Amino acid sequence: MSESSVIQVSNLKKVYGKTVAVDNVSFEVKKGEIFGFLGPNGAGKTTTIRMLTGVILPDEGEAKILGIDIKEDPISVKKIMGVVPEVCNVYVDLSSWDNMILTGKIYGVKRKEREEKAEELLKKFGLWERKDEKTRKFSKGMKQRLILAMSLIHEPKILFLDEPTSGLDVQSTRMIRKIIEELRLKGKTIFLTTHNIEEANLLCDRIAIINKGKIVAIDSPEKLKSTFKRMQSVEVAFDRIPEDIRWLHSIPYVNECKKLGDKFRVYTKDPDSLIKELVNFAEKNNLKFISLNTLGPSLEDVFVALTEKVEAKYHE
Amino acid sequence: MSKLHTKRTFLYTLKASLVITEKNARIYYLKAPVIIFGILFPVFFFLAFALGKKVVPFILVPGLVAMTLFFTSSSVGPLITPWERNAKTYERLLASPVSLSSILLGDMLAGVIFGVIISSIPLTIGILFFNAKFFHPLFLAGNIVLSSLCFSSLGVLLASPAAEAPSQVMMLSSLVRFPLIFISGIFIPLDKLPFWGKVIAFISPLTYTVDAMKYSLYDLKSYPAFINILALLFFSFVFFSIALKMHRKNLIKAL
Repeated sequence: MSESSVIQVSNLKKVYGKTVAVDNVSFEVKKGEIFGFLGPNGAGKTTTIRMLTGVILPDEGEAKILGIDIKEDPISVKKIMGVVPEVCNVYVDLSSWDNMILTGKIYGVKRKEREEKAEELLKKFGLWERKDEKTRKFSKGMKQRLILAMSLIHEPKILFLDEPTSGLDVQSTRMIRKIIEELRLKGKTIFLTTHNIEEANLLCDRIAIINKGKIVAIDSPEKLKSTFKRMQSVEVAFDRIPEDIRWLHSIPYVNECKKLGDKFRVYTKDPDSLIKELVNFAEKNNLKFISLNTLGPSLEDVFVALTEKVEAKYHE
Repeated sequence: MSKLHTKRTFLYTLKASLVITEKNARIYYLKAPVIIFGILFPVFFFLAFALGKKVVPFILVPGLVAMTLFFTSSSVGPLITPWERNAKTYERLLASPVSLSSILLGDMLAGVIFGVIISSIPLTIGILFFNAKFFHPLFLAGNIVLSSLCFSSLGVLLASPAAEAPSQVMMLSSLVRFPLIFISGIFIPLDKLPFWGKVIAFISPLTYTVDAMKYSLYDLKSYPAFINILALLFFSFVFFSIALKMHRKNLIKAL
């Protein structure tokens, strides 16, 4: 394992009854990286994050955070990480200020420091004006911002965020994403699970895709997309729609063709040859191009392809 | 791990338990189920028993103080974990640098403090109006602390099933707690119980609290004083150990 890795996971396994929730999962997360953990519902994301944050113990395998084994010294490990679990809430009978102070106390932050940090974070997250109000009255977005603020009160080196923007309004989502970006600039390492593929695409340096408890791919978003060359496509629109579109299928390297409104999307391994053929076709039929775009596979395409592949294997 | 590291971790987790106790006190002492099942219910129950009858003070006062200790100390614990699960604050607590035993210790201490504070009210009434005296003040203090420790451990144990709603656990806890008050020498003195009653009384921790309370306030007893103390220590240890095991076992179901 590399020395710059702050999270080192090897052969992690968790079994619930007869179900293998996480099956021999191994990966590393480097210092200062935003590492995305993607997968469909029930893929094993939350179980993995629960093992890494010391909430539950793995049945097999090892997880080290900054070189400390989570099973051997969970308290020391938990002190250096901030956690936002998927299913969590603030104490609604306490004010946002009291929630911050309580968290600071649990993490052993000294009084002066926790008060200064609580003020700084509440201001940063736009909650300072309502610091003395009981959080019962807060919206979901405000509560989520407060939970994120609470997870930062002890200046953690690593942050575990399990679906941090799920079900939030646009404003809160944007604020949280902006803060995640800022944390990256400060050198924090962030482990992020999300359903939102576009979010992972925008934020993450690397992504692991998990399905049925197994990691099916780990790489940077762009590299993941480039490995799926057959999913490259050309989107074309002419000034009039040609009557016969069968010619599209006769062009070499065309994998699939879809009509989307007034345009066509043609999937190919070789966009260059396809464009040349399209130009010939347009000239022959006296068509004018309205638009012509080459498109790489989206991360969503990659995600669907990978998870469907595992699904198909699973049902074989 | 070095000894220094172990010592630091121990002190840190102890501090964390106290923080959790403080949190519990602020959030849960005034919750309706605690007030209803911990204070109002036993008071009305006792009044129903005592009013209109000629009950001698050495039965009335130790019984009332013991029953208050029993209900108040054991009413906080069953509420906390189910409430936290329901309010979705439990997982964040588990992810913080506190062990499960520290969390449960914090829950237990919250019950102890609540029990000690509330039971001082009937104790004061007993001393002012019912001729109770501090015959053995240190023993009395020890009895109050140990009994509340024992009953709050029972409360923490009652919170261990992975129930979805706090009301389910409160119902279970009432089911366990109410029968105990009839077989522990509160309403019927131990020497007047039939043989089978005496056997059951022997396995109820409340019996030892009531007996120790009679000894402390009226210098009367059925068991030797040290037996009461040992029994309360034993029950505290057993309840807390089982509670820890059960909470650990049900942790995944509860998330």
